[in-house]
Amino acid sequence: MEILIPTINLESIYPEILITVFAILVLLLQVFTSLPGRKQLGYISLTGIVLASIIVLTQGGAFGENTALPIYSFSNLWVVDNFSRFFKLIILIGTGLTVLISIKYLKDEGIDHGEYYSLILFTTIGMMIMAGGSDLITIFLGIELMSISLYVLTGYTRKRLLSNESSLKYFLLGSFATCFLLYGISLLYGATGTTNLKGISGFISDANFGSPVLIIGMVLLLIGFGFKVASVPFHMWTPDVYEGAPAPITAFMSASPKAAAFAAFLRVFIEALPSLQGVWVDIIWVLAAMTMTAGNVIALVQDNVKRMLAYSSIAHAGYILVAFISTDKSGIASILYYMLAYTFMNIGAFAIVIIIGGKGEEKVHVKDYTGLGYRYPLTAAAMTLFLLSLTGIPPTAGFMGKLYLFSAAIKSGYVGLVTIAVLNSVISLYYYLKIIVAMYLKEPELDVAHDSLVFSPAMVIALIIAVCGVLLVGIFPSPYIAMAQQSYISF
Amino acid sequence: MFYILGAGAVLSALSMVTNKRPVSAAMSLIVTMFCLAGLYVLLDAHLIAALQIIIYAGAIMVLFLFVIMLLNIQEKEGRLAGHKIFLQFSGIVIVGYIFIKVVKLIGGSNLPARMEGSIKGFGTTSAVGEMLFTDFLLPFEIASVLLLAAMVGAVILAKAKID
Amino acid sequence: MVPLNHYLYLSAILFSIGAVGVFTTRNAMIIYMCIELMFNAVNLTFIAFSKFLNNLDGHIFTFMVMTVAAAEAAVGLAIIISMFRNKETVNVDEINLMKG
Repeated sequence: MEILIPTINLESIYPEILITVFAILVLLLQVFTSLPGRKQLGYISLTGIVLASIIVLTQGGAFGENTALPIYSFSNLWVVDNFSRFFKLIILIGTGLTVLISIKYLKDEGIDHGEYYSLILFTTIGMMIMAGGSDLITIFLGIELMSISLYVLTGYTRKRLLSNESSLKYFLLGSFATCFLLYGISLLYGATGTTNLKGISGFISDANFGSPVLIIGMVLLLIGFGFKVASVPFHMWTPDVYEGAPAPITAFMSASPKAAAFAAFLRVFIEALPSLQGVWVDIIWVLAAMTMTAGNVIALVQDNVKRMLAYSSIAHAGYILVAFISTDKSGIASILYYMLAYTFMNIGAFAIVIIIGGKGEEKVHVKDYTGLGYRYPLTAAAMTLFLLSLTGIPPTAGFMGKLYLFSAAIKSGYVGLVTIAVLNSVISLYYYLKIIVAMYLKEPELDVAHDSLVFSPAMVIALIIAVCGVLLVGIFPSPYIAMAQQSYISF
Repeated sequence: MFYILGAGAVLSALSMVTNKRPVSAAMSLIVTMFCLAGLYVLLDAHLIAALQIIIYAGAIMVLFLFVIMLLNIQEKEGRLAGHKIFLQFSGIVIVGYIFIKVVKLIGGSNLPARMEGSIKGFGTTSAVGEMLFTDFLLPFEIASVLLLAAMVGAVILAKAKID
Repeated sequence: MVPLNHYLYLSAILFSIGAVGVFTTRNAMIIYMCIELMFNAVNLTFIAFSKFLNNLDGHIFTFMVMTVAAAEAAVGLAIIISMFRNKETVNVDEINLMKG
């Protein structure tokens, strides 16, 4: 029998290979390192992440009008284009920051094993595959690689019951959502005869696009992705999982996997199902409105800061969905830009939560933040910056991001939805301000013991990067916006 | 033949869902999987039918039974809280509704035409294997990373003591 | 020959039984078995479409789903074991300490 081996373009998956090599390297090295040397493993994984980012940046030339891209490889299962490169950069930035804020935390909790870093790197590979897959089978495997590693990371603090429970909850609901996603994929396959995104869109445009099987498949896919990006009404897992997971993992989950889920979501819906836009735009309109409103309103009554940030992250997914429905070039570009800004500000805010939380994550309530402004002015200033950015107040990245998101939606004529979004931003001001007020204006309560905070060098570096990120992306947005706009071209 | 196997799959699936004891539920699920394996043979998916028995009915379900025995789970009876009943009820209603919709729509839809030409040895190990190692090489490699990640994860969670 | 629609009905029925089971059972093990049942229903859809479209992509997909199911089972059961160590139950009602 003659077998034709297709040409293998290894260059197109160099970043993924590199991260895999580092994940295995960390696993092997941890056997030979003593307990005090464990934090070196963190820096080794960081090296891998930085190297991978450099490769992503140089892959196929610089960002810009680039004729070399997109490069399809592996029988059209994989694509390197500006869209996937931009998302991969966001994912790698999120992962790098997470590794930095984890090092001290792991030592405090007595869980500094190499497996932690290696699982984070596995999650990263999964997310990069989600961003780069151009076939439902690659995207599905990427989602699963990411989810399975995240289930484990959520339950990583094995001695804490809360962590175990949230891990189980995440696992059961996550697999449940995966079933819907898969069922959707199978119906899509049945309706079009292929799982390739380009193939699907090609089939739909020149054939019966009103096929009911196709519509059901699309709705099921929407449920699956809705779960992954934590949009209401598929958000039930988010607050509990975010609260129970170790804090660095919560920071991670709220940033990078969300970005990756949006990458896959956008690619599948805009590349494969543009002909069904009339149907899914309406559904996403409702999802966006519900997600923003529910996220913000429930966040109002939260006292636990971790939980509050969980609901706020739900609300932010809603803002992103607002731009999703505009589906044109500026809509996509604004999502990319916002995801970049969001990664910096959200991980930054969680970094402060970790510092305040101290050993065993006991201090996660608003009252633990009282008087912080006097004792640690710099920390409080950084937290204020992140919270203002999350609210969307100039001159931060969050402001520019929101402005860009909403203007894209207005341009496409969704004035009603943008009104809801702006009203929601006003609501969100209340609960973000609650923390700021506690830090600066409230007297510390007597029953709150104040230990001195400990700042590890890695944490300080992460905070500096996050602060610089929020300010740079916010004050000098044009290069990033230009980059984001280039990223649409390949579609 | 299809109807016998189909009925068997549905009945044992029902018995799994209604069963309170995990061991009997697992046994019912195994019966469902065997029925499905039979259906795969009817559909000319010989390799998948074999894998269904080896991986699903064999490996995965043995793992389930092993964990059930290991934990020696006791069933506890208790009343359901009010909101749980509501949740269950709404769950059934939603799923039922979706199901009816799906069935109705599938009944009336026109599917794409069969592709021309015949694939040599449809569904056999050599045909599927050839695709796996040529066109679908990348997913195959990703699956290996995925299994490695799952292995590391399972060890780290279930190991009694980690140093 | 049995028409394609009947296969799709069967898989829809199995999928629904699984989905309802997730809502109605309280034992985490059985919930996970229901999810496995749903995976199986999806596999049946893939294989049936594959046969009727005369296209082997569905077989590859099923193959991958099986791999993923095995990996998920390993991780999921490890999660259940690690939780059982801290708290001797697999009943999801008792697990929901946190508000939903």
